[in-house]
Amino acid sequence: MNSLFYQKNSSRNIGDKVFTSLSLICVVIAILPLIFLVTYILIKGGAQITPELFTLEPNPPGDDLDAGGINPALIGTLIITTIASIIAIPVGVGGGIYLAEYSKGGPFSRFIRFGVNVLAGVPSIIAGVFIYALIVSTKILFGSMYSGLAGGMALSILMLPTVIKTTDEGLKLVPNELRYASLGVGASMYTTILKITLPSAFRSIATGVVLGIARAAGETAPLIFTALFSYYYITGFGDLFYEMGSLAVLIYNFALEPYDAQNKLAWAASFILVLSILSVNIFSRILAAFTEKTKRV
Amino acid sequence: MEEKLALFKNRKRFGIEKNIDIIFKNTALVLSSFVAIILLGIVLVVFFQSFESFSRYGLKFLVTSDWNPVKDEYGAFTAIYGTLITSFLSLLITIPLGVGTAIFITEDFVPKVFREIIGSFVELLAAIPSVVLGLWAIFVIEPFFRAFFVFLHNFFGWFPLFSTEPTGRNSLLAILILVVMLLPIVTSIARDSLNQVPKKLRNASYGIGASRWKTIFSVILPAALSGIMAGVLLALGRAMGETMAVTMIIGNSNAFSWSLLSPGYTISSMLANQFGEADGSQVSSLFYAAFVLMILSLVVNIFAQWLVKKFSLKY
Repeated sequence: MNSLFYQKNSSRNIGDKVFTSLSLICVVIAILPLIFLVTYILIKGGAQITPELFTLEPNPPGDDLDAGGINPALIGTLIITTIASIIAIPVGVGGGIYLAEYSKGGPFSRFIRFGVNVLAGVPSIIAGVFIYALIVSTKILFGSMYSGLAGGMALSILMLPTVIKTTDEGLKLVPNELRYASLGVGASMYTTILKITLPSAFRSIATGVVLGIARAAGETAPLIFTALFSYYYITGFGDLFYEMGSLAVLIYNFALEPYDAQNKLAWAASFILVLSILSVNIFSRILAAFTEKTKRV
Repeated sequence: MEEKLALFKNRKRFGIEKNIDIIFKNTALVLSSFVAIILLGIVLVVFFQSFESFSRYGLKFLVTSDWNPVKDEYGAFTAIYGTLITSFLSLLITIPLGVGTAIFITEDFVPKVFREIIGSFVELLAAIPSVVLGLWAIFVIEPFFRAFFVFLHNFFGWFPLFSTEPTGRNSLLAILILVVMLLPIVTSIARDSLNQVPKKLRNASYGIGASRWKTIFSVILPAALSGIMAGVLLALGRAMGETMAVTMIIGNSNAFSWSLLSPGYTISSMLANQFGEADGSQVSSLFYAAFVLMILSLVVNIFAQWLVKKFSLKY
């Protein structure tokens, strides 16, 4: 009779409770770093934010009490990520269109899909090494060695797999009826893709691409020996062919400086970088949840 | 697809439109083959750049640990050991943590809203740039764990991995920061594969009287094992290639030591540190090291993909 009731002290119930609390502990350990990190950056980095930070050049490390600002690095990050996007988005979207719309699952498309996954797993520093060997050491870009352009190319290699994958998957979600309808009224394949399938997959592709850009903006390893670093303002188009600073490399360089002023600048740069990356991530998450809800209705 | 093409055959179009259609298709084809070209290019370029060093040092490069640009002697054993030990040990810590978290998220211990919040928190952790984690590691984690490392050395000093006096930056810190970076990968992939286990299996297990955790260990986890394994392998590849945070915290010393409490090196941190100022045969040796890293991560990644394909759930 007793066995019909829940027994608090039976070994299986105690065991269950132990494991449940263990998994709870795992969750706590998994979440704590993010909470600590974000609060620390908000407090430590947020305290350094001043208007001058956005307008001044960083001073070369030394005993100077004033470290200056991060204007060149901020602009540099924007430029380098833009270059990377200009290269990776057309190539990636085009490749994704081929995979989703034209390929018939043959060996070629299987090989490309496999290649996309492999390329996504290539360590980011290898992309930097590759661009160094291909562009920096050969001075192939009009004789310039380290340049913002080379940095953008290295980043584009990292963005490419993300863009192809999101395009491929986004297009696959578009129902086939739309394609049949379009082809049925006599539209050609490219009109169907450009006017029907791409627009209806636009939102999911855009979300993936934006997340890819956000990730690329924080990458450092491919930039440290392609774009290098610069202390000076970016003044014109010609600066693309010279060393260019970026927030990520600024954090790396200045974190390793022994001077407090430079370290503080690194925290301020992290504040800006993390805040923008996290807000892009959170925003796209909310947007994705929102569109899912409206679709169901 | 076939029907679509059949539609085309019997229709007449203006020549221009036909041509645009063909050009569009071929452009997409060329763009998609860029992936293969880049991948092949990376392998070939890194291989040919490392050729000089490869022919001079051969496989001895992998097992010796002198790194002396003055005498022109190079061996990457310290870096290879560092890469392997940091990635494997960090994975060893991450697997139980990540899978435990994934189980918590997929079971119904707390309402769904909280589980989703926890899930997105962990995924947001993946969005933090590694250089920021490195900065955090230098200024927050290192002082925080300093006393603990001294304790480790005092009580477990007889164990080779803890046999040296702890230094400010060391391999163990690199392992800890790698755990933070790998956790989101393992958790999200484990969660996806746990979610894919059909409800039938769980109900059947509950039906014959198994408790919740008996069900998890004997039914759900084995069913999701291949997916979790693939996630673990992807995380391993990531750990081996991870550069910035590790470079900033590992101490960057080429002096070989078994101990985790002394400064170490990984292949990627060696590249990050020396590539900018290297010349002559040092560059070639660095390319050789990069080639080793690339092969390691390619093998792990390809194996992970093979595993996913071979053992993906068939329910």
